[in-house]
Amino acid sequence: MHEMGIAQQLAQIALDSIPENIANPKVEILNLKIGRLASVVEHSLTFCFEIISKDTPLENAILNIDFIPVTVHCKSCDHKWEVTGPVFKCPFCEDGDVELITGREIEITSLELAD
Amino acid sequence: MEINIQKRVLEANETEADKNRKFFKEQNVFVLNMMSSPGSGKTQTLCKTLDRLMPGIRAGVIVGDICTTNDADRLEVTGAKVTQINTDQFGGDCHLAAHLIMASARQLGCDDLDLLIVENIGNLVCPAEFDIGEDARAVVLSVTEGEDKPLKYPLMFQVADIAILNKIDLLPYLDFDAGLAVDNMKQVHPHLPVFRISARTGEGFDPWLDWLKIKVFEKTGR
Repeated sequence: MHEMGIAQQLAQIALDSIPENIANPKVEILNLKIGRLASVVEHSLTFCFEIISKDTPLENAILNIDFIPVTVHCKSCDHKWEVTGPVFKCPFCEDGDVELITGREIEITSLELAD
Repeated sequence: MEINIQKRVLEANETEADKNRKFFKEQNVFVLNMMSSPGSGKTQTLCKTLDRLMPGIRAGVIVGDICTTNDADRLEVTGAKVTQINTDQFGGDCHLAAHLIMASARQLGCDDLDLLIVENIGNLVCPAEFDIGEDARAVVLSVTEGEDKPLKYPLMFQVADIAILNKIDLLPYLDFDAGLAVDNMKQVHPHLPVFRISARTGEGFDPWLDWLKIKVFEKTGR
């Protein structure tokens, strides 16, 4: 529901990252990392980004999203595992004080400019 | 040509949240971010909570809604300092972002407060994603919702420090299985403390108020 705000931030970071000495830059691909637990819907983000990026060097850029799995560490028994459903109970000790290792990322890793 | 960036997209909000945290530390005020779906009874819970805590604990509330000042009007009756954020003016947003909190906290004035509660916009998705510089997060679930809400919205229950199960006075009239709802919360967040309350009758408030009082004392020394 907040994908428009995320698209705006994303576009701002990308535009700020284009070197000033490039004439008429055109961004072809934006590489992103998005955690599976992050509240981001791919279709909504793409739709919002299309609107935001219009008439900028980002227009028609592809959002290449690397979805990051949710991984968890049990502080009680030190077990690490990938969570594939909404269950964060440690499968080893069945309880445990758990912490997220990955899965909440919303990051821009790089952009690819047309030659 | 590939240009390396490596930046968090919500970094701007995180920077603002860190500023808020510093400000709240300087002001010596404990900040609770209260989140839930619409209609879970956050405002009623807060009214009853403030009635019981004040004036021993000096409290203020920042209320977020897309439109209307209805909740602020209800909360002002308690005597707490209250300010309303309507995100309608900011694009009808679905959550409170950190920079809005700072503006409201300054407007409210925190130097005479021990406790600042942010009643976030009713939504189990977006508010979970946005750090506002709070000390703790509470999620409210009511028994008129489904027991599987924690499984449907795992991030919210993952990031929460405590959960409140509200409207327990209605349990005799519903098919809602409170044990199952709590089990589902614990599936998502195994050590999540859960307080079962009725904001209408006041049932179950003592453990929740004790938790809040201890948190305020730990932060402020008062």
